[in-house]
Amino acid sequence: MSRRAETPGAAVAVPKIRIEDLRKSFGGKVVLDGIDLSVAEGESLVVVGSSGTGKSVLLKHLIGLVRPDSGKVYVDGQDFWALSDAERTVVRRKFGMSFQEGALFDSMSVFDNVAFPLRRSGRPPEEVRRRVRECLDMVHLPHVEQKRPSELSGGMRRRVGFARAIAHQPQILLFDEPNTGLDPIMTDVIDEVILELKERLDPTIVTITHHMESARKIGDRIALLHGGRILYEAPPDEFLDSSDPAVRQFVEGRAEGPLTVEFERESTAMASREA
Amino acid sequence: MRLLEALGRIVLRLLEELGRFFQMLGATAAWIVRPPYDVPEHFRQMVRVGVDSIPVVFLTTLFTGMVMALQTFNGFARFHAEDFVGSVVALSLTRELAPVLTALMVTGRVGSAMAAELGTMRVTEQIDALTALGTEPVQYLVVPRVAASILMMPLLVMLGDAVGMYGGYLVAVQLLGANPVTYIDNSFQFLEVSDVTSGIVKAAVFGLIFSLVACVRGYYTEGGAEGVGRSTTRAVVAGSLAVLFADFFLTKLLF
Repeated sequence: MSRRAETPGAAVAVPKIRIEDLRKSFGGKVVLDGIDLSVAEGESLVVVGSSGTGKSVLLKHLIGLVRPDSGKVYVDGQDFWALSDAERTVVRRKFGMSFQEGALFDSMSVFDNVAFPLRRSGRPPEEVRRRVRECLDMVHLPHVEQKRPSELSGGMRRRVGFARAIAHQPQILLFDEPNTGLDPIMTDVIDEVILELKERLDPTIVTITHHMESARKIGDRIALLHGGRILYEAPPDEFLDSSDPAVRQFVEGRAEGPLTVEFERESTAMASREA
Repeated sequence: MRLLEALGRIVLRLLEELGRFFQMLGATAAWIVRPPYDVPEHFRQMVRVGVDSIPVVFLTTLFTGMVMALQTFNGFARFHAEDFVGSVVALSLTRELAPVLTALMVTGRVGSAMAAELGTMRVTEQIDALTALGTEPVQYLVVPRVAASILMMPLLVMLGDAVGMYGGYLVAVQLLGANPVTYIDNSFQFLEVSDVTSGIVKAAVFGLIFSLVACVRGYYTEGGAEGVGRSTTRAVVAGSLAVLFADFFLTKLLF
């Protein structure tokens, strides 16, 4: 079952993932307000933005964990929400997603966590064992198979999450805040692991983060999400050198600037609506 | 105006909850027949719902049977009908008390655990992770729990029937000095097969209701640890109430 064989040269023209005019609100609050974005095959896109700007919601739309209010999500040219439930499950298997806190199944050992997608697709036990070892080696965690997720540190949990996400050999990897809440050294370790995975597996990657340094390292392209829209997107060097005031504020991490003004206006509007 | 608003909000919440219940019922019915069948998980849930509940059900029905015998014996003695204590205990246990009390106890014991477990999985994104790994969470989490509850509740109630009747016998014969032969005779003389089966059918329906309510509450949990606590409480309260409502209508409708 080699999945790379199904998409020969023809797929080059079609972006791996394409989003058109994506909109989503939760309880009257607009989170995504018309997003257009596309990711080419083998590209690594990093979406940056302050906390609470809907980055995770955007990422969850890509794999169909959240249904858009309007707009389209195309994966390999297929309109995700026009598919049947069963077809969607098949498309989802093209993805491997790593969650913010790892989201490991805490009732299972590390081994069973990584083995989960393999066993569900009915691989023989021998192959499962071999593949789990391989994946844990790839994230540099060789001796934790029998441990419970609760016995691991935050950085280790993330990496087990990576191992689980790559176990079924997905074509697309999604990383939701891979290094939020980790110390600077572990942050760097995680970035290195992502870079290694990128080199060895050559997947399409979408990462959500608010660490500019990580974004610069792992991204082929960086997009700034704010107020439910993509304000700016460019390759890392261009992004960092941009004179766009919003980008400048984010890159330099200043409290004052166009991003804050809008943010404050929003929260005052929200407060008055609630009162 | 405030009052109307509050009332409207309550009605809306109730409707939302009902909608989720029936949506989950539909999804569960659809996924229960589709492969893959996770047999070990089904057995694990059957042990948790059934086997692990035996002590609680045993004690509940034993004491219910005993107290039934005590109460009816004292009452019936006033018009010299002590001989019929056995019949009353047998009838009320099989038709009503064993199914309802078992359902309430199991709701408290198992329903709360289901809601807490699924709720924790929801707030820690484990349910999202299941979906992301190409596994349908309803099939993986809800189906085995609901199926185990529907299957194990009747078995627990059969056990409860037997234990409760034995409890009644113990009190009547050992404590109050009833004639053991007449007691047993009368217990079974008026007891019909339909009395027992009606209780068993009820038990299966109660199993479906409490487990589905608990799973819905857990599945739609919001708001961290506090939300999990809220879901757990609601699963027990709503589950118990739903069991009692259903009991009335089932009794009225079927028997």
